[in-house]
Amino acid sequence: MQFLSQLINGLQLGSIYALVALGYSMVYGIIMLLNFAHGDIIMVGGYLAMLAIGAGVAPAFAVMISIFGCTILAVIIEKGAYKPLRSAPRLSLLITAIGVSLLLQNLALLIFSANAKPFPGTSILPSGSVSIGGLSIGTTAIITIVVSVVSMAALTLVVQKTKIGKAMRAVSEDTEAAQLMGIPVDLIISVTFAIGSALAGIGSILFCCRYPLLTPTMGSMLGLKAFIAAVLGGIGSIPGAVVGGFAIGLAEVFVNSVGLSTWTDAVVFGILIIVLLARPSGFFGRPMVEKV
Amino acid sequence: MLKVENINVFYGNIHAVKDLSFEVSEGEIVSLIGANGAGKSTILKTVSGVLRSKTGSVSFLGQDISSLAPHLIVRRGLAHVPEGRRVFLQMSVQENLEMGSYTQKKSAVSAGLEDVYSRFPRLLERRKQIAGTLSGGEQQMLAMGRALMSRPKLMVLDEPSMGLAPLLVAQIFEIIKELNRAGTTILLVEQNAQMALSVAGRGYVLETGAIIKADAASDLLDDEAVKKAYLGG
Ligand SMILES: Nc1ncnc2c1ncn2[C@@H]1O[C@H](COP(=O)(O)OP(=O)(O)OP(=O)(O)O)[C@@H](O)[C@H]1O
Ligand SMILES: [Mg+2]
Repeated sequence: MQFLSQLINGLQLGSIYALVALGYSMVYGIIMLLNFAHGDIIMVGGYLAMLAIGAGVAPAFAVMISIFGCTILAVIIEKGAYKPLRSAPRLSLLITAIGVSLLLQNLALLIFSANAKPFPGTSILPSGSVSIGGLSIGTTAIITIVVSVVSMAALTLVVQKTKIGKAMRAVSEDTEAAQLMGIPVDLIISVTFAIGSALAGIGSILFCCRYPLLTPTMGSMLGLKAFIAAVLGGIGSIPGAVVGGFAIGLAEVFVNSVGLSTWTDAVVFGILIIVLLARPSGFFGRPMVEKV
Repeated sequence: MLKVENINVFYGNIHAVKDLSFEVSEGEIVSLIGANGAGKSTILKTVSGVLRSKTGSVSFLGQDISSLAPHLIVRRGLAHVPEGRRVFLQMSVQENLEMGSYTQKKSAVSAGLEDVYSRFPRLLERRKQIAGTLSGGEQQMLAMGRALMSRPKLMVLDEPSMGLAPLLVAQIFEIIKELNRAGTTILLVEQNAQMALSVAGRGYVLETGAIIKADAASDLLDDEAVKKAYLGG
């Protein structure tokens, strides 16, 4: 029983990591950028939902505003900060991403101050629980897992079956060849950012419902964990991000449940190091081949 | 149909193509021949918009395309089959072909597939196979089929015979002639000068980024200097 409820707990956390990891992985796959601002998009999503609900917007609309806001923000960042650097050395792009991350955190600090703000999670997801065969499961956990799995299934469908999804795969495999096919590469890159951050927006709401406190730096740790999940699964790989997310979520919860909560982060990083020693490109990653 | 005038292309401070001009008229097969590093691929990339010239212009069907994005140039009817084939190795054969028809309306895609599969029955047999597992010759067919999916008026081919066995090379050139007979204009870049000149009407000889000779292909085949430098004596 104890094990089962921890398992569900881990799946809940893992599905949030997976949603966020997908954004890292998709963006890396398409422009080889470790988008350090991705975690901060989650923070922005949290504050947006809080403001919207505070302004009396119906919860469902507040969620949409938040997800939509994350999407628009990411596309603006991509067009404004990353696109001008498309042919610059990759390091410049990486440093720019770190800069964008700091900018977002400091803007939030300026607007909302460093004090943690309560997130109105209970008005978005009801805090009840259902009991199945004597096992009581929080509705938040169920909704989180279901929403994540549905989002990931939808993403897979889009990437595998639609014209735009196939174009995304083509651009990530060979940008120049994709251009020669008549694929509008800039548009496809923007769409990738948009989809990745819409998923992050969903992840943001689910995360804030689980840990209902907003701070300007809340995105850093979540972002880092999700990033580790993406690397663990094989950065650039969609199934890899999902598997990596669940692996990290489960590991964290089980380490906590045996009373080693101070060790959680050490364990997460330890897993990363061990996996990368054994398989440098992660579970599902292709071996790194330098493009020539 | 294609008019390239006084282009100069640089990689950093490497001057790869020097004040170069040439032309391709509708219905022709034109070959550009030259040694490794002569600038052949650079010229083709400039034509298809992947690289930009510092000067001069590239015009296609009477319109300047020098500053047009590559994907819009494809829409005008110019398809570039790049050096080394560059098929999407992790996608299936059919998905590769679908990417080739990105610019086409949905209704045109199945007609395009039918056309390509009838031209390359081998691709039909393997349409679900991942492109990375195809042989070199099959990948070249896929690269050409993929380019055909955009219904090009001008097809630009960069070393289609590279790394292929002689029998396959002959087959690929046969297909190029067939495409041309069916109305596609061809600009062909090759190191295999013998083959390239035997299918072409006209040819240009390229050396370190500049054209040093332009003539009817049959005359180039007889030219002593060309024979010596590119046709193995
Ligand atoms: N990305 C690049 N960066 C720097 N220099 C380059 C680059 N690509 C090509 N060059 C240089 O430009 C010149 C022309 O190269 P290009 O690839 O056009 O030659 P090519 O005629 O196609 O050769 P090959 O027959 O080997 O394909 C060469 O000197 C090459 O070294
Ligand atoms: Mg070349």
